[in-house]
Amino acid sequence: MNQVGTVGLIAGLAFAVFGVVAGALGGRLGSSRILKSAERATLAFVAMITLAVVVLEWLILTNDFHNAYVAAHSNRDLPVYYKVAVLWAGQEGSLLFWTWLLALYGGLAVLLNRRQNRQIMPYVISILMGTGAFFSAITFFAANPFGELSVMTANGAQPFAPADGNGLNPLLQYHSMVIHPPMLYLGYVGFAVPFAFAMGALITKQLGDNWIRVTRRWTMVPWMFLGAGILLGGRWAYSVLGWGGYWGWDPVENASLLPWLSGTAFLHSVMIQEKRGMLKVWNIVLVITTFFLCIFGTFLTRSGIVSSVHAFAQSSIGPFFAAFLGVVTFFSVSLLFMRLEFLKSENKLDSMVSRESGFLFNNWILLAAVFAVLWGTIFPVISKAIQNETVTVGAPYFNKVAIPIGLLLLFLTGAGPLLAWRKTSFQSLKRNFTLPLAVAVVVGGILLATGVRHFYAWVSLFLAVFVGVCTLQEFYKGARTRQRTGGENFFQAIYNLTMMNTRRYGGYVVHLGIVMLFVGFAGQAFQAQTKGLMTEGDELRVKDYVLRAGSIVSGDTPNYAYQKITLAITKDGKPLGTLEPDRRFFKASQQPTSHVAIRSAFSEDLYTVLAGQDPDSGKAVVEVFVNPLVRWVWMGGFVMFFGTLLALVPSRAERQMAEIRQAQEVAVRASDAK
Amino acid sequence: MKNKKLKFAIGIGIILAVVIWEAISGFQQSKTYYVTVSELTSTGKSRQRVRVGGDVAAGSIERRGGQLTFRLAQDTKSIPVVYVGTDTLPDTFVEGAQAIVEGNYTAGGEFRAEKIQAKCASKYQAKPGGPADKKTPVPGQAALAGAS
Repeated sequence: MNQVGTVGLIAGLAFAVFGVVAGALGGRLGSSRILKSAERATLAFVAMITLAVVVLEWLILTNDFHNAYVAAHSNRDLPVYYKVAVLWAGQEGSLLFWTWLLALYGGLAVLLNRRQNRQIMPYVISILMGTGAFFSAITFFAANPFGELSVMTANGAQPFAPADGNGLNPLLQYHSMVIHPPMLYLGYVGFAVPFAFAMGALITKQLGDNWIRVTRRWTMVPWMFLGAGILLGGRWAYSVLGWGGYWGWDPVENASLLPWLSGTAFLHSVMIQEKRGMLKVWNIVLVITTFFLCIFGTFLTRSGIVSSVHAFAQSSIGPFFAAFLGVVTFFSVSLLFMRLEFLKSENKLDSMVSRESGFLFNNWILLAAVFAVLWGTIFPVISKAIQNETVTVGAPYFNKVAIPIGLLLLFLTGAGPLLAWRKTSFQSLKRNFTLPLAVAVVVGGILLATGVRHFYAWVSLFLAVFVGVCTLQEFYKGARTRQRTGGENFFQAIYNLTMMNTRRYGGYVVHLGIVMLFVGFAGQAFQAQTKGLMTEGDELRVKDYVLRAGSIVSGDTPNYAYQKITLAITKDGKPLGTLEPDRRFFKASQQPTSHVAIRSAFSEDLYTVLAGQDPDSGKAVVEVFVNPLVRWVWMGGFVMFFGTLLALVPSRAERQMAEIRQAQEVAVRASDAK
Repeated sequence: MKNKKLKFAIGIGIILAVVIWEAISGFQQSKTYYVTVSELTSTGKSRQRVRVGGDVAAGSIERRGGQLTFRLAQDTKSIPVVYVGTDTLPDTFVEGAQAIVEGNYTAGGEFRAEKIQAKCASKYQAKPGGPADKKTPVPGQAALAGAS
């Protein structure tokens, strides 16, 4: 079976290389026959990498421990849904998985563009297959997941299979961990498509807003997955790592945030190019940056170049990635310079207070965030290179920079969409901002009166209210207008309004999700925590909660043994049920982990950890956190995901256009047939 | 037009200034030197706020009167570490694990660690002599590393 997998990988690599050449050649010669074969090569690449993935999953599910990867990352008693996830639990498997997702995106791009964008497509294929060739080559040569175990005997090397595998890292045995990596990867990988279209547009000099129109959805989809992946990662950290938080500015977390930030900038600035023909160079720069950061993120995660709690082991793939990044940068930047004359702006900025300048500020701020986070993340590497001393920076640096930047962005989230294109008059400012500002001032006052003194938390909540009202006001105004003219009821009007322009109103829904995120972030300022040694009958107090320890029970499952403590919770004397945090000892990997128990509500989470046993007294070490408003972060994530889905639905206007175009085509074909 | 550009520049300038100022202060507050055990011992000087990476030496973890001590080793060198922090130690902190300790290195050659991070050696990659080997002693298991 391992041979079949390896063959799939090498055949995939061969088809990818063929696709690169055939694509470039087909575009250069304008030959539709060569282009056809490039398209077939892409689909063959998809088939071959799929074969390799299926083989590896088969080996994992059938406990074939001849395979070194399966032996290292799986074990017999691992539940099936975690076995599926073994595919991306280690270096080799996750690189194969990356390659596979890229193949799927590439195949989809080919299938959806059989009739359109014919001039750009050869180069799109070439660039996507170039990336595919790199990843399949690195998987094949430096991290092949189909290596077999062998043992030296008197008769030479003999195949060998241990009785059981080493098991999946216990920290990864958590339900959101099954979907977090695929989501994140779908994000990372997907930005290859808009990048390929941008490069194709540069090569073919088709630099109108066509490439931007075409790649709009291709950008939104990975952006949505990346965002969901980041939040699921936070959710995982929160529920598994047991330190009470969801974001620690770890290099690996930062690596995933960077392309999300630049991708967000790109999603916004393309609108200026569509409406006003400005920022053409900037948009290309953003798409290059985003793709670069995606590969860079994979590189940071995989190469062990910066030390991180979740970094993978040191490995040999670093230099390959560095080389690939170098090639990508050199190729794309020089191409951009060669085409600068085709990228002249059609308009100038008219006013400081306009939608354009709002978008511009948004872009600058997002890029400042990218720069600040990147700087802090790779500072150990820079300082080592310059001073020969490794200096790391911690969470205080990131928080200090990110909080003001984030708040500015939050402000723009609400204010930007209310500004008019070109120039906004003072009257319109007054009309649009009076209500949101008034509500925010009232709520801000109430917060002060109830004792909120934390500056940043107060500002976030103030702005959250302001932005929330700004955004809802847009829905309300649009719906009222429809009601006046169309006689619809309010909810019909909201529905129709959204469906007429899904991009705009879907975007507003995403903005509401952002507001909820910030509400959740603000809650972090009011965290409370305590720690205590407990045996049966002991009590622990935190804020207005009292936790009373019940018995400590031990138990056993095929996969792990556990110890758990029962904590009876009361708040202000009212019983609220029990929480049962436990510690699990995983048999295959011989590692203990704490499994937190959380009582979650809209207002706050009570978060309990059985951290271990005190060696002196033999009592249980229990840590308790009260995390206000955390649930808003996850809800915000759902709302953002839903909003992006909404924005992906074709607008009615768009659908009508498509129908007209189709009807025309049918008519043309009919007349051709005559 | 000039006036507008100027305003725009001032706006961006203010934002940048605030962010840079925050960045510098946060940077000063949290910057930590990262050294290896041998780099630390070769100079022999005491150092404030430093992170040291190494392995938790086998058989060195001792708990006495609520205080935890161990030796952090790299190749042939090692330093004694006293844990003075309050956080519960991570589950991955076991003998043989890779650990990063953060704190102060005293002139007496003792490291007073306020924070300890640990990464189990076999966390992501199978290594010979890892926990799984101890559990199932199969002849020739050392080939694991060679093949993977």
